[in-house]
Amino acid sequence: MKNLLRNLLHSSKFVAGALIFILILLTIFIYPLMFPGNPLEMIGVGTFAKPGTYVSAYDAVTSKKETLRLSDADDKRLAARLSYEDKISMTEWLTAAGFDISDLDLDDTDELLDMWHANYSPDIKPKGMIKAKLNYFKRLNNSLLEMSGSDNYLVIDRTDEGDEVKSKINKTDYVNVKDIANTKTLPLGTDNFGRDVLKELVSAAKTSLQIGFIAGIVATLIGLTLGLLAGYLGGFADDIIMFITNIFTVIPGFVLLILIAYSIGQDQRGPAVVALVIGLTSWTWTCRSVRSQVISLRNRDHVNLSRLSGHSLVRIILTDILPYIASYVVMAFILQVSSGILSEAQLSLLGLGPKTTERATLGLMMNWAMLYSAHTNGSWWAYFPVILTITLISFSLNLMNTGLDQVFNPALRD
Amino acid sequence: MKGYRKYFRKKIIWFLITFVVAVTLNFVLPRLMPADPVAAITGKMAQGMTDASAVQEIYKRYEEEFGTNKPMWQQFFIFVKNMFRGDLGTSFSQYPRKVSDIISSAIGWTIALQFPAIIVGWILGNLLGALAAYVRKGFDKVLLPISIFISNVPAFGMAVILLVLFGVKWKIAPISGGYNFDMIPNFSWSFIKSVISHYQLPFWSIVLISIGGQAIGMRSMSIYELNADYVKYARFLGIKDTKIVGYVFRNAMLPQITGLALSIGTMIGGALVAEIIFSYPGLGSTMYSAVTAADYPLISATTLIITIMVLIVTFLLDIVYGFIDPRVKAAQFD
Repeated sequence: MKNLLRNLLHSSKFVAGALIFILILLTIFIYPLMFPGNPLEMIGVGTFAKPGTYVSAYDAVTSKKETLRLSDADDKRLAARLSYEDKISMTEWLTAAGFDISDLDLDDTDELLDMWHANYSPDIKPKGMIKAKLNYFKRLNNSLLEMSGSDNYLVIDRTDEGDEVKSKINKTDYVNVKDIANTKTLPLGTDNFGRDVLKELVSAAKTSLQIGFIAGIVATLIGLTLGLLAGYLGGFADDIIMFITNIFTVIPGFVLLILIAYSIGQDQRGPAVVALVIGLTSWTWTCRSVRSQVISLRNRDHVNLSRLSGHSLVRIILTDILPYIASYVVMAFILQVSSGILSEAQLSLLGLGPKTTERATLGLMMNWAMLYSAHTNGSWWAYFPVILTITLISFSLNLMNTGLDQVFNPALRD
Repeated sequence: MKGYRKYFRKKIIWFLITFVVAVTLNFVLPRLMPADPVAAITGKMAQGMTDASAVQEIYKRYEEEFGTNKPMWQQFFIFVKNMFRGDLGTSFSQYPRKVSDIISSAIGWTIALQFPAIIVGWILGNLLGALAAYVRKGFDKVLLPISIFISNVPAFGMAVILLVLFGVKWKIAPISGGYNFDMIPNFSWSFIKSVISHYQLPFWSIVLISIGGQAIGMRSMSIYELNADYVKYARFLGIKDTKIVGYVFRNAMLPQITGLALSIGTMIGGALVAEIIFSYPGLGSTMYSAVTAADYPLISATTLIITIMVLIVTFLLDIVYGFIDPRVKAAQFD
């Protein structure tokens, strides 16, 4: 055992995989302790709020202000307000009016604005431009002038007795973020339901891992039991078990999974049931390999000796055969866990995932993101972290598996 | 040749038994669903009707049409009889379209997408894996972790990433469908061009996924073979390296073919989900719409077709394997 552990720690792949996996596990357990609360709480009203820190605008207005004179404040303000489409329109007009913009950088808002203010005039009517378009540019110009024009906003408190001017906010007024009572950091923004994606992701990863583990345990137990029986008993039991196993190796597990998940019906399909179904459809691999290994062990001397001593079937299997295939079973289990997580995600994308309103899974998060077309509207935070999490989990599990493989099969060692 | 005949006969019998089990499962499982789909379609048709007897009449008509008023075993025989005539029933959700109609318009897309992609991925992966095993140091160190990482990206994840990068961000390729939505399938140059441009992203996402897994498998197999006694002996005899690599490659290939046969089902499953991401007009998207609409004739037909596809591919790979592996040949002559 000690020797095995030392070998494992020498395998860089196993160590790397284990580290990533432990890191994921730690995040899953520690993050909810640091930031408690319901992960599925819909804090946002709109869909897909960008990642970042949100500062209460209401609190900012009433907080204590300091005056800071920053020379580039105006430019930054303009650049932030000027949308990409506006910039494109501006270059469009400039080109149509015959100005050379070939060396203009779209990211350099200053230069673009300077050029615009220097050249634009409502009287220039580029050839072929229709009236509506001309008016559009007139409006754009006005709004550009307005943006840089106004100096302050008045804050008005609207009460029953009438409006009362509370304060005036100048361009040079600044508020310290620490003074604002309500700020909220959403490292990964919100999803289509307005939920905190990071919090949801952590709890989804936990559920998905649980699904993977249940599926892996079920599949390994079935595969191991059937494989042991088929391999050790041989004869008729072997024929029957291998008949079933061969059939279910060829019929794709994915198809069976869809059919069973569908026939269970939406209401009964909780995370545990989905995990069970995944386990029930993915044991064939384990069964086949366990059987072939048991067959090679069956006639070893120590097993024969045990049999001659009159030990029971259970005892022979547990003490004389199982220890020899344990390493293989552990590796198969690791792979089952990672494929279980993947199966859940695929099922959910087909609309056959766990039906639940209390818990999120990685597959369901992906499904929601796709249904609300996060991928086409640029909300990368709703789907990319999910893909990355699935990939990292199965990457770490597979690395550990490869590491174990190298330890047990010296021929593969680097 | 006699030995081969025995081998093929055994394989064909297996194929038939599995086929029967698959058909039975395909029939029984969706029909175990607690909800009554006939009631659902009646409800849709009878919207706004107040006359209860008329609604009942509609329900009866539909029961008749879908054959759900007969006992299960009778339905099964009707199902099997119709299946051999190529009739897979009527779709609930796209009523009155025939299921076989919907399937036949989708299956071509899936086959044309998945098989070239899986084969290209398999070949590229094996070449890379063999190369990694032969070169080992350095190359192996960089390539292997990357391969393992990429092969662990789920197929749908790779599809989404490619779609966002090449379709949405750089606008190099179209993001959904099998051809431009304003076109009618025909044999014109512009249509073929449109099909090819829509083909790119789904194709490469499947290829990228399969490369990694195959490369890893091929690498371990090749390393295993490179350490075998016959290689050492051949080196000792002074046989040229290129010749030895040829032998090693061939021997390492064999388990890879079996591996492909055993994993083809999983690969197709993953690729079907990737189809949904691209709204590719194949079986994956058909299955998705069937699941959303609780259309069980369509679900059992798509799963059946997929199973048959996998069965045929597995069968063909078994046959190919029998020809390539000399041990199978030898075993049959005993």
